[in-house]
Parts: sequence; C-alpha cells; structure tokens
Amino acid sequence: MSDLLSLIIAKYNYWLYVILMMIGLYAMIAKNNLIKKIVGMNIFQTAIILFYVSIGYKTNATIPIIKSADTGHGMVVRAADYINPLTSCLMLTAIVVSVATFGFAMALTVRIYRRYQTLEEDELRMRLSE
Amino acid sequence: MDNYPVLIVVAPFMTALFAGLFIWIEERLSYPIVLTGLAVSVFSAVNVLLRVIASGTIQYNMAGWPPPIGIEYRIDLLNAMVLCLVSGVAFLNLIASYRSVQQEISDRTGAYYTVYNLFVTGLLGVTITGDLFNLYVLIEITSLTSYAQVAMGDRDRGPLASLNYIFIGVIGASFYLLGVGYLYMFTGSLNMVDVAVIIKDSQGSSTVLVAFILCILGVWIKMALFPMHVWLPNAYSYSPVVFSRAVAPLMTKVMVYVMIRLMITVFGYDYLFQKLQISDAVVWVATIAVLAGGIMALAQKNLKKMLAYIIVCEIGYMVGGAWLGNRLGMTGAILHIMNDALMTFALFLGVGNMIYRQKSVDLTDLRGLFGKMPWTMGGFVLAALSIIGVPPTCGFFSKWYLLLGAFEKGAYHFAAALIISSLICAVLFFRVFEICFFEPMPHGHENLHSHGIIEEAPVSMLVVSGIVSFFLIFAGLYSGTIVNTIILPFLG
Repeated sequence: MSDLLSLIIAKYNYWLYVILMMIGLYAMIAKNNLIKKIVGMNIFQTAIILFYVSIGYKTNATIPIIKSADTGHGMVVRAADYINPLTSCLMLTAIVVSVATFGFAMALTVRIYRRYQTLEEDELRMRLSE
Repeated sequence: MDNYPVLIVVAPFMTALFAGLFIWIEERLSYPIVLTGLAVSVFSAVNVLLRVIASGTIQYNMAGWPPPIGIEYRIDLLNAMVLCLVSGVAFLNLIASYRSVQQEISDRTGAYYTVYNLFVTGLLGVTITGDLFNLYVLIEITSLTSYAQVAMGDRDRGPLASLNYIFIGVIGASFYLLGVGYLYMFTGSLNMVDVAVIIKDSQGSSTVLVAFILCILGVWIKMALFPMHVWLPNAYSYSPVVFSRAVAPLMTKVMVYVMIRLMITVFGYDYLFQKLQISDAVVWVATIAVLAGGIMALAQKNLKKMLAYIIVCEIGYMVGGAWLGNRLGMTGAILHIMNDALMTFALFLGVGNMIYRQKSVDLTDLRGLFGKMPWTMGGFVLAALSIIGVPPTCGFFSKWYLLLGAFEKGAYHFAAALIISSLICAVLFFRVFEICFFEPMPHGHENLHSHGIIEEAPVSMLVVSGIVSFFLIFAGLYSGTIVNTIILPFLG
C-alpha cells in the first residue's frame, strides 16, 4: 500500500495530467451541450501542455538564462541548475494551436446557434432528422 | 540551386498569405496567385524527386542549424514520391476548382483559396519534415484549415460536421503529441533519425512502448481506420466539392505516409515485428476495416457518401499491407498510397463535374447521365474500374502486391478481404453505372427532347479529368518501373 502511495506521490505530475485529460475526454464524449464539449476539448489540450511543461522541470533549478556567460574560462554551466527550456518553447506552439482550435470551434457554435436556435446535441439531432 | 526542398513548402505558404491580403485589394487576383504558388511547388517537387533518384537522400537544414538542434528536412525516395503526388494533385484540383468555386462559394473565393493553399502547405510540410514536433504542428495546420473548409460547405450540416471533425481531430493530434512527449522524455531529441538511433538499444523500455502506442493511435484516428472512422463520411460529404476533391485523395494518404514513416524510420522493423508482435492483430483490424468499409458503402444512397466509405475501405488495404511485415506487403502499401490518391481524385473529379451540372448526387439523381455527360462518365468509369482492380489500370497492381504479401505471410483472411472488397466495389459501381446508363432521365416525355443533348462540365474540369485518367493508365503500365526505381531502393 505504501509502495503505491509513494508511487503516486513521486509521480504526481503524471497522475494530474492523466486525471485532467480524462475529465476533458469525458466532457467531450458524454456532455450534451456543444459549449461544454468544447470546454472539455480545451481541458484535454491543457492537460497535455501541463505534461510537457512538467517533464522539463528540475528540482532546485532556475530559469534557463545564464548569468555572466562571458567569463568563459573556469566557469562551468551546469545543466542541472537550469530547467529544460525546450518543452516550454514547444508548448508555446501548442498553446497557439489550441487557442486557434478553440476560437474556431466557438465561431462554429455561433453559426450553428443562428441556424438551429439550440446548442443541445440531442435537439440538434432531432432537428436534423426532421 | 539548393533551396528546392524548402521552396516546396514556402511557395504555397507565402502565396496563401498574399492571396489573403488581396481579398481586400482585388479579390480576382487571389486565384492566379495561389496557382503560381502551387506551380512552383510542383516544379520543385519534381526537381527534388529527380535529384533524389539520381543521388540519394537530401538533407536540408532549416536556417543552417544542423540537427538535432535545428529542424531538418529529410527527403528520401518515399517522401519525394509523396511530395510530387500531393503537390500535383493539389495543383490539378486548383485548376479544376475555378468554376466550381465561383458556383459553390462565390461570396468567399479569396478566403477559400487562402485556406486551400494553407491546407496544401500543411500536407507538404508533414511529408517533407524530419522532425517529430514540426510534424505535429503541420498536422494541426492541415487539420485547422480542413475544418474551415468543411464548414464552408453545406449551409445546414456543414458547421456541425466540422465541429464533430474538430473533436475527433483534436483527440487524434493530441495523442500523437503526447506520444512525441514520451519519446522526448526518453531520448531528449525530436529529430526522427536521432530518436531512432537512441531508442535502438532500449527496446524493452516501457516509455518507448507508451510513446509508440500513443503515436500510432493518434495517426490511426487521423487517418480514419475502421472503428475510428465515424467523422470521415460526414466531414467529406458535407464539405464543398472543391475541398472533398483535395481532402479525399490527400489527407488520409498523407496520414498513411506518416504511419509508414514512424514504422520504418523512427521505431524500426525489429521493434515492431520482433519485439512487439502485434502485427497479426493489426492485420485483423485492417481486414475488418476493409470489409466494414465496403459493406457500409453498399448501404449509401448518396454518391459522395458512398465514395467516403470506400476511402475507409482503402485505408484498411494500406494499413494491412504495411503491417504484414514483409517487403511485398510494404511495397503494395506504398504503391497504393500513390494509386489510391490518383483513383480517389479521379472519382471525386467525376463527382465534382456531376455536382456542377446536377447540384445533387443522390443515386436517383444520376439517371441518364451517360447521355448527358459522356466524357465525365468516361473518366468516372475508368476510375471505378481502377478501384475495382481491373488491369491495366493502376489499382490492379497495388492490389496484386498486397495479395502476394498476404499469401507470403499466410494472412489468408486479409487476402480474402481484399478479394471480397473488390467484388463489393464491383457491385457498388455497376449499380451506379446501371442507374446512369439504363434508367431514363427524370420527367417522362421531356426525355424525347432532351435525349442526346450534351450538357458537359466546363472544359477546365474535363481537361483535368482527362489528365488524371491518363495517369491512371500510365501509373498502371509503368508500375514495374515505379516499384524498381522508387519503392524497392527505399525499402533497401
């Protein structure tokens, strides 16, 4: 039991992202309202962003800006002192993608609402099968 | 000049931006601008293909940063072939699109051309890149632009079809992104070749296993392999026909290319077929996909939807062939990427011509079409024969390699599914021909007067149909040459 507990605590970032991702996936599949589905989609994408940022983190490390790098001789830059910047940079792109998707999905819901006067999926399905 | 590889992607991208600006200045100029961009792209792609055949793999470092730090464009024979295919089909489709766009989306032509070129940029980028994260970004560019184009279609159902497509598309792309994250954790690199070298010696690692499962699952969702295909028929049949013509041949095929790239370059044969031993299960899934796609196509009353289900069926061919795990199967799968793109393009060109004249392609609306549009129907029949797999059209040869591969592996269920699906396609298309040829045109006695009156599609669309029909035969007759100069040297 304590093994399991320590496993959970040691890797809590992974557990968090999996839980968030499942919440998002659940909302996308099970919710009836289109806006709720889109919010679920956003949670899903954010979970992955958190995962990426957390794998770049190191304990007791600082932001990756090297102080007085010009000294050259004698000074060694230890990688362990700085967090990995690459994962955060990658996520900037992923955030842009998720914002674009989110905005586009919202625009679509506006069009759907204007056409059908509803955003509930079961009502939409009824209107479509008429 | 050494910058041809990057021109392939940058030309359509920059012209898309200019076309977007010209919406406010002079919208009529958008079309020639995007056309120029794609022409440059086709020219560069053919050039690169010839150079790769002559002197081997090209590595192009973006902005001079060498990998693994910089993004690398790595073009081998497989890439070069798919690049030619994508840029060529996109260019031809744009030529045929001019009149359809004026008819279907006349109020937003400039916007449509901009989005279309961005879509092609994404596809070309996915094909050319040697970087796993760059691949993800370009997949998302392709997806976002295709959501937009689906939404421009059917005014009633288009937006809803597009929204459902977004949900599935996001799940697929996110799984892939997550898989890349695990690969990065394990290797600290995003360059495909670099990653492959690092994971070669650590095949027991569960991180690599998770990465593999997530990446492949994401790509399968994106390519609409059978249980994950639900989004495809609606998205493809409610979009404007100018877009269905591009997305149907290109999108799923490029995703199959990504799968083959991950299998061969990143994870490697040894890992997939010796360590994991899941190929039998995947071939079974592909078998079911082939049969299910065919059977669902039989139930359709609309030509566009029927073709969409045939795509689901064809995806099964390629996935099954790639996972047979022998050279013949992989040869068949790669050859089928090219042939299926050509065949689907030819079929959808036919549908585009019909929609231009008929507005609707429910099967009952197609009566008497042979008399009305003989050239269009000629091209359509040739494409249909190719899908069924009648020699000397190209569809026969890739199916032949797939069958040989299935027999060599002893996967008789897959071979049986291939043959049965050919029969199903024969039934499907001969039903369409029967309606088009034998059943009289609607409106009873008017038939007498309208009989023999030919209302063909515009010349630009017919010319493109003719060119593609020529390629269907050409690729069939020269399939031996293609296999010997491109596919077999690639497989090594």
